[in-house]
Amino acid sequence: MIDLFIEGIGLHGPGLESWEASAPVLRGEAPYQDAPPSLPASPLLPAAERRRAPKIVRLALAAGTEAFCISGRSPAETATIFTSSGGDGETIHDILSTLATPPRELSPTRFHNSVHNAAAGYWSIATGATAPSTSLCAHDDSFAAGLLEAAAQATATGQPVALIAYDVPYPVPLARVRPIGAVFGVAFVLSPIEGPASIARLSLALQPYAAPSQAPALLEPLRRATPAARSLPLLAALAHGVERSVTLGYLDDMSLLLHLSPP
Amino acid sequence: MKPLALSPFALVTSLGAGEEATLAALRAGRSGLAPCQFDTLPLAAWTGEAQGCDDAPLTGAWASFDCRNNRLAALALAQDGFLNIVEDAKTRYGAARIGLFLGTSTSGILQTETAYRQRNLDGALPPGLDYGRTHNTYALGQFVRAYLGLHGPAFVISTACAATSKVFASATRMIEAGLCDAAIVGGADTLCATTLFGFHALGVMAEGPCRPFDAARSGISIGEAAGFTLLERPGQRHDDETIMLLGTGESADAYHMSSPHPDGAGACRAMELALKDAGLRSKNIGYINLHGTATLAGDAAEDRAISTLFGNEVPCNSSKGFTGHTLGASGVVGAAICSLAIRNKFLPGSPHTTRPDPTFTSNYLTTGRAAQLSIAMSNAFGFGGVNCSLILGRPS
Repeated sequence: MIDLFIEGIGLHGPGLESWEASAPVLRGEAPYQDAPPSLPASPLLPAAERRRAPKIVRLALAAGTEAFCISGRSPAETATIFTSSGGDGETIHDILSTLATPPRELSPTRFHNSVHNAAAGYWSIATGATAPSTSLCAHDDSFAAGLLEAAAQATATGQPVALIAYDVPYPVPLARVRPIGAVFGVAFVLSPIEGPASIARLSLALQPYAAPSQAPALLEPLRRATPAARSLPLLAALAHGVERSVTLGYLDDMSLLLHLSPP
Repeated sequence: MKPLALSPFALVTSLGAGEEATLAALRAGRSGLAPCQFDTLPLAAWTGEAQGCDDAPLTGAWASFDCRNNRLAALALAQDGFLNIVEDAKTRYGAARIGLFLGTSTSGILQTETAYRQRNLDGALPPGLDYGRTHNTYALGQFVRAYLGLHGPAFVISTACAATSKVFASATRMIEAGLCDAAIVGGADTLCATTLFGFHALGVMAEGPCRPFDAARSGISIGEAAGFTLLERPGQRHDDETIMLLGTGESADAYHMSSPHPDGAGACRAMELALKDAGLRSKNIGYINLHGTATLAGDAAEDRAISTLFGNEVPCNSSKGFTGHTLGASGVVGAAICSLAIRNKFLPGSPHTTRPDPTFTSNYLTTGRAAQLSIAMSNAFGFGGVNCSLILGRPS
């Protein structure tokens, strides 16, 4: 078992505009209304980067910013883990379309936005963060993989880390070979040490495969359709604020067993 | 960190497949770069194309994973008894206790590039494109995990050109945190139009072969590579000859998406953190395999960072004149070359670099020579301002 302490949560999904606004929905105390989230450019970015930042970057920055605001930690000194099931489909589609017919002249900005770690690069510029930053992928299980990396990093370094997971639907024709349900971003600030900002204790263990926990009924379709939304059972458990276990699927033969309890 | 033992590397680059071919080219100073045959480019660029991908499709149970990137990974895994090393590790640890942490930048995007050219009049992609097993960033991990029969934690890191350096840091933390007992690390990146035309669009692609740290350098030559090694705690099977991972250092620039900080501040911090992690000082490093991609700004920034930390004492150079810039695979290529250099008492040269930039102050080695070497550093820096330094060697 690895123990982490959640200090901040960020959320940006359909009908889930922020963690603060969504907690009552996740508890079933407020109605859920599906609506595309607004994605304003981050005010932290310099003007040039604000213009260039694609939707997926704005999503990651929105979720990360809320989690840090709640935690009270400085993003400039906190290591980050970014995880996405496949990066920026809109940028990839634009590049692949351009490359399909002559003269194949790519936009330099599109090219640097196409890297899987684009959101991490913009985050570093926006927040002045010079701490280590990793960007990773495990297809549909990218959230679980990111959480595992966060747990390992916090444990091995003894330092807090932030996990930011995000997905944006791919445009047609990529959407036909890679359907992703909705724009969804989620972030956690995690510390290996209990402190005044601790919201919950998260004990994590890697286990053989077990059926993953489901989201609240109205949100279950979102969990199934969007890899980053596989965090919803964890978010719902956190919204309830009571002791509870959650199972996340991880690859085809493992799962992450999460046990949440008050700090 | 507590040192971790590294197996010999299973490597394929444009220098050839396996350690013997790689070492022979390094000793002969023979570059793997040649005028680009892979695609029709708008300038006379050279590439480091690996041989053996075109006529070796993945078949049978692996056919659905078939793409250039997974083919090159399979070719690398077949080198130097690495499959036996993995089987032996599975016997000792169990397949569920071996992690798999790989890196790539573009994975199998070449499959989707081809599919986009074959779209029908409605714009639909042709049938048969398996996005998840070829193009997706994790496709490399999914393929190698199945191919090696591993059941431990796995993911693919994609931090542009620092990806296969950062996998060493992640694997070390996973082992320290008890989530696995050993790990396969490495990765693959292969030629595709996205990177060839992308780097051209940025104006950083050289005509002719790249010339790292040369006064007349004009940009990168893109190469392709795959490489793997097993990382585990040292035990009875290891001895004084074993190469260890001694330290890792990671930082972010917080400066620009595709240009390094001009003073190399982020690079400097990554190297300092790697030294601190290894409990070493700059004088303990006997050779530095530089990131050295041969761009004007990148080489200048790295030279400043090296000079700040090491003065002009430590011999250093880039292997990009041999292999080209293998992008997401450049980290594992650099680590493999450091391992070869230590074990074979030989510092490689730097083909195509004839006159190091006279404004630079680092000790840039243009010609290979014999050397007693026990500890080396390998640098990799990438888009998004991500930096990673590794220290490998034999602790005294």
